[in-house]
Amino acid sequence: MSPRLAVRKTYKLYINGEFPRTESGRYYTVTGKGGELLANASRGSRKDLRNAVVAARKALGGWGAKTAYNRGQILYRIAEVCESRAAELVDELRRQGSPAADARREVEAVIDRWVYYAGWSDKYTQLFGSVNPVAGPYYNFTVPEPTGVVGVVAPEEPALLGLVSRIAPAIVGGNTVVALTSEKQPLAAITLGEVFETSDVPAGVVNLLSGIKSELVPWMAAHMDVNAIDTTGVDTQAIATVQKTAAENVKRVVHFDAAGIGWDDTRRSQGPYAIFDFQESKTVWHPIGM
Amino acid sequence: MTELETRERLTPGPASSAVVWEYAPSLESTDHVKVASRYNLFIGGKFVEPHSKKWFPSLNPATEEQLSEIAEADKQDVDKAVAAARQAYDKVWRRISASDRAKYIYRIARLIQEKARALAVVETLDGGKPIKESRDIDIPLAAAHFFYYAGWADKLEYAFPNRNVAPVGVAGQIIPWNFPLLMAAWKLAPALAAGNTIVLKPAETTSVSAMFLAEILQEADLPPGVVNIITGAGATGAALVSHDGVDKVAFTGSTDVGKRIQRSLAGTKKKLTLELGGKAPNIVFEDAPLDQAVEGIINGIYFNQGHVCCAGSRLFVQESVVEPVIRKLRERIQTLRVGNPLDKNTDVGAINSKAQLEKIRELVESGVDEGAEIFQSSCALPQRGYWFAPTFFTGVSQSYRIAQEEIFGPVLSVLTFRTPEEALEKANNTPYGLSAGVWTEKGSRILKMAQQLKAGVIWANTYNKFDPTSPFGGYKESGFGREGGLHGLAPYVVLS
Repeated sequence: MSPRLAVRKTYKLYINGEFPRTESGRYYTVTGKGGELLANASRGSRKDLRNAVVAARKALGGWGAKTAYNRGQILYRIAEVCESRAAELVDELRRQGSPAADARREVEAVIDRWVYYAGWSDKYTQLFGSVNPVAGPYYNFTVPEPTGVVGVVAPEEPALLGLVSRIAPAIVGGNTVVALTSEKQPLAAITLGEVFETSDVPAGVVNLLSGIKSELVPWMAAHMDVNAIDTTGVDTQAIATVQKTAAENVKRVVHFDAAGIGWDDTRRSQGPYAIFDFQESKTVWHPIGM
Repeated sequence: MTELETRERLTPGPASSAVVWEYAPSLESTDHVKVASRYNLFIGGKFVEPHSKKWFPSLNPATEEQLSEIAEADKQDVDKAVAAARQAYDKVWRRISASDRAKYIYRIARLIQEKARALAVVETLDGGKPIKESRDIDIPLAAAHFFYYAGWADKLEYAFPNRNVAPVGVAGQIIPWNFPLLMAAWKLAPALAAGNTIVLKPAETTSVSAMFLAEILQEADLPPGVVNIITGAGATGAALVSHDGVDKVAFTGSTDVGKRIQRSLAGTKKKLTLELGGKAPNIVFEDAPLDQAVEGIINGIYFNQGHVCCAGSRLFVQESVVEPVIRKLRERIQTLRVGNPLDKNTDVGAINSKAQLEKIRELVESGVDEGAEIFQSSCALPQRGYWFAPTFFTGVSQSYRIAQEEIFGPVLSVLTFRTPEEALEKANNTPYGLSAGVWTEKGSRILKMAQQLKAGVIWANTYNKFDPTSPFGGYKESGFGREGGLHGLAPYVVLS
């Protein structure tokens, strides 16, 4: 009997809870360490990016309006589903070139990171909110609120942990995300889209685009309906241009420099301040009196 | 009682405008729940027979039938449980990573969610509360508490900046019978998150859901001894509180027992938190949306048969709206469905125990004797079981016992006021200070009242709201320490 012929997975984009091919019809080649073909990944286009932003904007109201408890449970569900699909994610990281032990460690760190941020959902407001003792008969308090649609440029490596580390703090705080995955290693990132799709994450809350970053980043930086951009995965020499472009609609520009820290450092590569980076502070005054 | 019964019949029935809907019974099924005929103690991760070789019955207060038999822990059992907790603390719980602690607590939350319906049925069978409440409030909130504090386990350095955060050690926790599983969650979740191990004692009339929880802890593979559950009455609790191996005591219950515990800990280094009784004012201003306010009053006092430490048991109504408020209350009280707690339509279930029923009756008698005017729902009460019809008193003076003492039953005292200052004066005129309600459309007045009321929780235009993120606890003789929220971690940590 001849061995069973495997069915190969088509790696596509993840936009608005669906897995479309790029509207441009283009592809780019993803290869393993030895140069072997891993996938003909979708080469996302400017139009795909715009579609993703529309989806993210549409999802923003509903996602932000969910209770913090509900968002926390959904993030925890992501961790559960990542755990049950760990073997697949590890396999993809390995095929993309990670040694087996590293791949396993990375996926474990990914799962733990989701759990960690799940726990922040109903707590970060207790750290960053405040009651302000103003000098007068007024009740004055400040609450953090999500910034809006966040563009995330994921680092090339670690392909999965880097992406998750930047998406998780944005969405736990009620933002929606359009993320550009690792260009050379997009496989596990696209599989992560399948995790979102099966974890009660509403369509549009996270959108994932594979493609050529140098082509897509300028459009993301220029998009007038993107409220913040995470430049963590942008080439160092391109950052200044992104920052300049971002000023057009006063985007919040956030950058996490993992150099010297390490993505698996649970003290410095994760934390509530990463959530606060994508929050606005709203202060409310109300008189006190009979 | 006969004299009171006569008076009850003399109280007028509903105004004819009140529409009383008849509902077909809608009974929650119980066949999916297996309550054991006997429960042992949960020590060191195992169910063990009590040294005392004694078990006492746990009754279903709605039927007076025996639901199960509960082990009575004696001093030796308490020793054993504290030793198990100490060993688990030294060898396991304080050593494992914070994120692993979090994962265990998340597991407990998930298991409670998975078994929610069964737990709700158990809670209703054992405690007499309406299935609607155990299903929609007790059990989901219990899971939510574990979920919330699980998240804190690996984030304690953010709760207490610039300090080293360490657990206290072994916590002895004693919980009441009004929200058995929920109170267990309130106590266990923050203690576990902060790295403590625990000996928990549920109330003697409502221990069954705690034993279901013990099974959940086993299923979660929580290391043996991290949580030990010992059952029994006051003597068991006293032995636990005074045990030398206990570093921290948390008690929820009556103010009398709380004072006794505080005295007994004098001179020791044990940390203590007390969540005690209340006699909460619920204050209705003339500009309040009266229909909403009446719903809030009803919920405030008849929720869980009034077995709620923060129940809005003293209603203060501004004089100009006394007439419509009383009229609406009379009508609304008549529509409360009292009866089989397993019926999903039931609003008011059984009184938790015979002793509690007697206490309620005695206090209600005193109200009648002191001269207040009683109004009771004319609902039919089941023949067997412990029942008390929803009741309120008007013409109550502040000096009456029913205006001063915690009744812990479905009994409301209505008082009146003219000015906000008078309302505040009267509302604060109590040794208690657990909670208060304010009903007015004027925001600035809400905030002024909230500022002036001496109570740990203020509900404005709502009542009896609970959330794991929200600190709960009392001023004055309602106790000290907070449960819930970031504040709820403080009792379970040592900062250095």
